[in-house]
Amino acid sequence: MRIQRITLPKHGDAEPGKVDLSLMDALLEKYKNKKGNLIPLLQGTQDIYGYLPMNAIYRIHETIGLKLNEMYGVATFYAQFRLAPAGKHIVKMCHGTACHVQNVTAITEEILDSLQIKDGETTKDGLFTVETVACLGCCSLAPVMMIEEETYGKLTPREAVKIIREIRRGENN
Amino acid sequence: MGKTQVIVGLGSCGIAAGAGKTYNEFQRIMQADKLDFELKKTSCIGMCFREPLVEIIDESGAYLYGEVDPRRVDEIIEKHIKKISPIPEYIVQSSKYQSKDQQFFEGQVKISLRNCGHIDPESIEDYEAREGYHAIQKIAAGNISPDQVIKDVLDSGLRGRGGGGFPTGMKWKFARNHQSNRKYVICNADEGDPGAFMDRSILEGDPHGVIEGMIICGYAIGASEGYIYCRAEYPLAIKRLNIAIAQARGKAYLGKNIFGINGFDFDIHIKEGAGAFVCGEETALIASIEGMRGMPRRRPPFPAEAGLWKHPTNINNVETFINIPWIIRNGPEAYASYGTENSKGTKVFALTGKIRNGGLVEVPMGITIKDIIYNLGGGIAGEKKFKAVQLGGPSGGCIPEHLSHTQVDYDSVNATGAIMGSGGMVVMDETTCVVDIARFFLDFTQKESCGKCTFCRLGTKRMLEILTRITEGEGLEEDIQTLEELAETIKDGSLCGLGQTAPNPVLTTIKYFRDEYEAHIRDKKCPAISCKKLLTYTVIDEKCTGCMVCIKGCPVDAIEGEKKQVHKILQDVCIQCGVCFTKCKFEAIHVS
Repeated sequence: MRIQRITLPKHGDAEPGKVDLSLMDALLEKYKNKKGNLIPLLQGTQDIYGYLPMNAIYRIHETIGLKLNEMYGVATFYAQFRLAPAGKHIVKMCHGTACHVQNVTAITEEILDSLQIKDGETTKDGLFTVETVACLGCCSLAPVMMIEEETYGKLTPREAVKIIREIRRGENN
Repeated sequence: MGKTQVIVGLGSCGIAAGAGKTYNEFQRIMQADKLDFELKKTSCIGMCFREPLVEIIDESGAYLYGEVDPRRVDEIIEKHIKKISPIPEYIVQSSKYQSKDQQFFEGQVKISLRNCGHIDPESIEDYEAREGYHAIQKIAAGNISPDQVIKDVLDSGLRGRGGGGFPTGMKWKFARNHQSNRKYVICNADEGDPGAFMDRSILEGDPHGVIEGMIICGYAIGASEGYIYCRAEYPLAIKRLNIAIAQARGKAYLGKNIFGINGFDFDIHIKEGAGAFVCGEETALIASIEGMRGMPRRRPPFPAEAGLWKHPTNINNVETFINIPWIIRNGPEAYASYGTENSKGTKVFALTGKIRNGGLVEVPMGITIKDIIYNLGGGIAGEKKFKAVQLGGPSGGCIPEHLSHTQVDYDSVNATGAIMGSGGMVVMDETTCVVDIARFFLDFTQKESCGKCTFCRLGTKRMLEILTRITEGEGLEEDIQTLEELAETIKDGSLCGLGQTAPNPVLTTIKYFRDEYEAHIRDKKCPAISCKKLLTYTVIDEKCTGCMVCIKGCPVDAIEGEKKQVHKILQDVCIQCGVCFTKCKFEAIHVS
């Protein structure tokens, strides 16, 4: 089980008013009386806020009537959901079989080392979150990483770190 | 013949290789020079090792160009389009020229991939121009009964392409025989096997083909609603499916009384998976569509009897559905003419790993593994020695070099201890450590276990711990036996396919590479020179320039030396992290 992937929300996330809950209105309206709406609701919420804020989950519970324990169960079951805010750029390191035999582990270590974080963590400046993921399906370009929608293939540790550095440079300017 | 066509391959992997920039460059020059050619998009043709790919079709024929980066675009436009003089050295396939990559296409039979790389996947007209929706129209025009459709699918010998290999026609028959006012068709597009991407390519390249297959299934079993359960990691596939569904609705190919068949209503919805490998399992997938944790249920009742929302449901994989229109159009005999006695037709394989020509190939069942690797795949990359091939992902196993004459059909592959699976074929050479591969897969299944069955939840964790210990040089003499015992217990004590097959990678590697396990455990050596903790790092005196980069990088101060003097690694301090090896710019660190 992916227990190690669950990052508990930091203190203060549940404070009301921290996120604008009115952004969820259309979403709640759309899925109000649909069966099987739990996962689409959580996916929609994460699309809005980038993660699942505590009080957003409470709002779904109050408006739709879904049980809190079931939502928490689903949110911690699937790899897609996060309970804490992520960095501005999410770096997905593919750890599929093809990437593994092409030594993606060394690349991931190099990136984590250069950003001084561990797998699944976010940098202090909030710019990068690095996650190892199962196959991205670009096996013939292994080793591969994905930042937002862009996929970078045939990486070496040096190139990978350079890509990250360039994104950071772009942010600082 | 009309205008010259320029067709750019824009599948996910093509885009990753830079095909988007290639497309834009064609567009830019076309507009700047006011050139008169037609610029089109298509999807992956399977030749991933030569991406980005561009096909040019003019009056003289069709030419497929490989590795077309923006710099080559200019040259191709200048020579081929303006002067009508093709550039043979960039051509990877054409009837006019011999290419060294020709062998990649020879020996392939394209049924599932018949349209991939040939049509614009965002155009329903393109699909129809290649006999798209003709199969369902043939059923409607000929008044072919649902029972006859099922008989055709049965006679074709088509078996589930998602891994299980259950006869598709039988599955449909069960779903048809259960009476209910509501039935569902589900397309399993939760392609979770690391190392497999055939479903992604099909969805991105030929979404209408999958939709037509589902419509035919709906007609055959009497269902009115379909779901495509697609992983969220495939955004392009989801986008193109959405476009295709909207187009099909626009033409009334989805909706009420479709294709003039009175009383036949059918519509399709997309459900995005949220990232859980276990959802590839039928009952877990159903639970996920229902909005719950994707945990498998006990069978029986099978989904054919009580599936989604407790109604009869038929679930097939993407690749299974894409075969259906072809079978209906060409007849079951045509399909069954390919393959072996018990495995009919063709199968798509994703060829990856240490292979020269990585990509997607479709071959008739019964071809040998050797043929696929050496004839289509061009052999092992970098003149290394072929060691084994991993088939079937985390549920499959390693087939060693000495069994490479094994035919790819369900029975022969099962006999080796591996499984056909969804068709991921990861090639390994002598530098890949099989113990590490087994550990890798157990790490995956251990994380992906849903936690319902104790043996799977805890058993995989214990196996992973043992394997990790072995790769770190702390293996115990009895470890191999413990692994084998655990493996059997997990297989017996798990409800679903994930647990029942999770030990396969370990069992097959023990079966064929026991000596490597023993080398790790007894001699504390990794024969493939791959397991980090078992390596020895030394400085090659002649190459060391004394730049001190490794000394600064070493996290445990295990390297000593002065500037411009040869450095030395203190073996009793070294933790084998490999930092010095990666940092050294002069290749002065030797690993053994």
